[in-house]
Amino acid sequence: MNRLEVRNLSTFFDTDEGLIRSVADVSFNIRAGKTTAIVGESGSGKSVTSLTLMRLLPRTASTQVSGQALFVNRTGQTLDLLTLAEPQMRAIRGNEVAMIFQEPMTSLNPVFTIGEQIAESLRLHKGLDHAAAMAQALRMLELVEIPAAAQRVREYPHQLSGGMRQRVMIALAMACDPTLLIADEPTTALDVTIQAQILALMRRLQADTGMSILFITHNLGVVAHHADDVAVMYAGRIVEAAPVNNLFAQPQHPYTQGLLACLPGQQRKLAVQKDGKRRLYAIRGQVSSPLAPPPGCAFEPRCDKAIAACREAMPALRVDDAGGSARCILVPEAA
Amino acid sequence: MSAAAPLIEVKNLQKFFGSSSKPVRAVDDVSFTIQTGETLGLVGESGSGKSTIGRALLRLIDSTSGSVSYRGENLGSASGSRMRALRSKLQMIFQDPYASLNPKMRVRDILGEALQVHGLAKSKEATAQRIAELLKLVGLPPEHAARYPHEFSGGQRQRIGVARALSVQPEFIVADEPLSALDVSIQSQVINLLCDLRDRFSLTMLFISHDLDVVEYLCDRVVVLYLGRVMEVAPTEALFSRPLHPYTQALLAASPKPDPLVKSEHIPLKGDIPSPMNPPSGCVFRTRCPYAIDACAQTRPEPRDMGGGRLKACIRDDIEALTTP
Repeated sequence: MNRLEVRNLSTFFDTDEGLIRSVADVSFNIRAGKTTAIVGESGSGKSVTSLTLMRLLPRTASTQVSGQALFVNRTGQTLDLLTLAEPQMRAIRGNEVAMIFQEPMTSLNPVFTIGEQIAESLRLHKGLDHAAAMAQALRMLELVEIPAAAQRVREYPHQLSGGMRQRVMIALAMACDPTLLIADEPTTALDVTIQAQILALMRRLQADTGMSILFITHNLGVVAHHADDVAVMYAGRIVEAAPVNNLFAQPQHPYTQGLLACLPGQQRKLAVQKDGKRRLYAIRGQVSSPLAPPPGCAFEPRCDKAIAACREAMPALRVDDAGGSARCILVPEAA
Repeated sequence: MSAAAPLIEVKNLQKFFGSSSKPVRAVDDVSFTIQTGETLGLVGESGSGKSTIGRALLRLIDSTSGSVSYRGENLGSASGSRMRALRSKLQMIFQDPYASLNPKMRVRDILGEALQVHGLAKSKEATAQRIAELLKLVGLPPEHAARYPHEFSGGQRQRIGVARALSVQPEFIVADEPLSALDVSIQSQVINLLCDLRDRFSLTMLFISHDLDVVEYLCDRVVVLYLGRVMEVAPTEALFSRPLHPYTQALLAASPKPDPLVKSEHIPLKGDIPSPMNPPSGCVFRTRCPYAIDACAQTRPEPRDMGGGRLKACIRDDIEALTTP
């Protein structure tokens, strides 16, 4: 069963310089109890995708959103997150669908204790009174393994370390027992040993509660170990999607192949084996400006395998036999 | 390790910030050497003191005690004018290519200023020619000399930062996290550039990074820091294939490999990095170390020679027997 099915999602921003297609024709599924990762570099549209799904884009941005995001709630009803009335959406946001952000410092309110911040969502969504909500907040801090939780619950965000703050964010998100957790670069601001702790915690919570996770990241190492399905985004579009093992074993799209090849850890070992002069694979050039996208495939100007036909039209996603798909005309189509 | 005199020698370097009663012990008694032509990696998490060491090495900040020598000359006691002359040999590439270039200066002025200060180009024509050369060297078209930093992408700005460091023909470069602000696909372009230039100009480098994969790729030898102290020093191959210190082991295990088939069975380290204002007694890592024993709290372990050019600051030698089945 799919917890969320995103169909042809597009988010355009109308700016003074012209229309910016941040997210274009994006479709993916998140299975119940599983993790789908969206990987991409800066400007690929991965964060805009998550903010669009949560309907958290600033009202002042003139946005044009189209497509569908079919979410199956706890009672088995299918709702389109993009067309729900705002009061209904508010009942879902922070309740059935929760989000954690990259910057744990700026996403917590500095003038409220962490206990009060967790209690707020419990009072709003679960109708608990103040005392019951604070008691539950304390249990949530214990759930995310914060030491001396009884003392911490009365502290302010600035009194906590970065790793602790991210645990508080997770406690906040988990407070109403969500069925879908959207995690936007949750460990990017953290040191690697703290990152390992947070990832282990998220994994344990997922196993305990059966929630689905949409994991947004640029870190392929994290993707390899914490995702079940992966979608790779480039310039606003999904260029490849596949189950995690297939994606790493046999990347189909030249961009995915390039991303994996330019990771230095793998390459040193290969170079040492071949005893040759080391040379890291590099994807040449840089992402085209969103105001002047190339006429055909967005990756064509940087692609080593590009042919004349690549410049003619944006390739469609081609589905292969193994459940993957790639947006490249050089990938053979399934029979 | 060769017996030749090192290009850079750091001896018992200490740098404390803040009040003298309860200082932040950012760097606490760190020693290492860098041989001519070598690239030394400095790795550690936030607060380990790696950037402070980089700055103290070029005397961008004064150290609290200890010494840094370049070709046997103590930089701490060099006069202002002597230090300025030495700066053309000792250069730095900064982490943030958005903050380290003056937004009000054109690229030609950013590069030209260094040439002028060190008297490296006599005439206007010579300066312009040298700037064009430098831009070509880092893979930018010479006509970009008239542009301002905001007209470039992050990767291109970092190339300008590299060109500025190279403009004075240095022997030694401190590269402080030069890649961490860049996307993966751009990062590999800059790594290749750094490798090419290092080979071409026989540069000696101190490469500061928290990214172990990059360090493994670029460096000859690695110093692992934790809370201002050296945990382990080893040649790169040896360190990554057989880390000796429990902290190095944890650090390597915590960094996820981009291959879903390589499973890490390591249990994540517990707890947070302690405050450098109040570091643990004895070994600073003992509060998070899975192998800590009572003796670890008693004495501060000094780096010991483990053979093969390796140093380890840990009193236990039985850890390998415990970790290898």
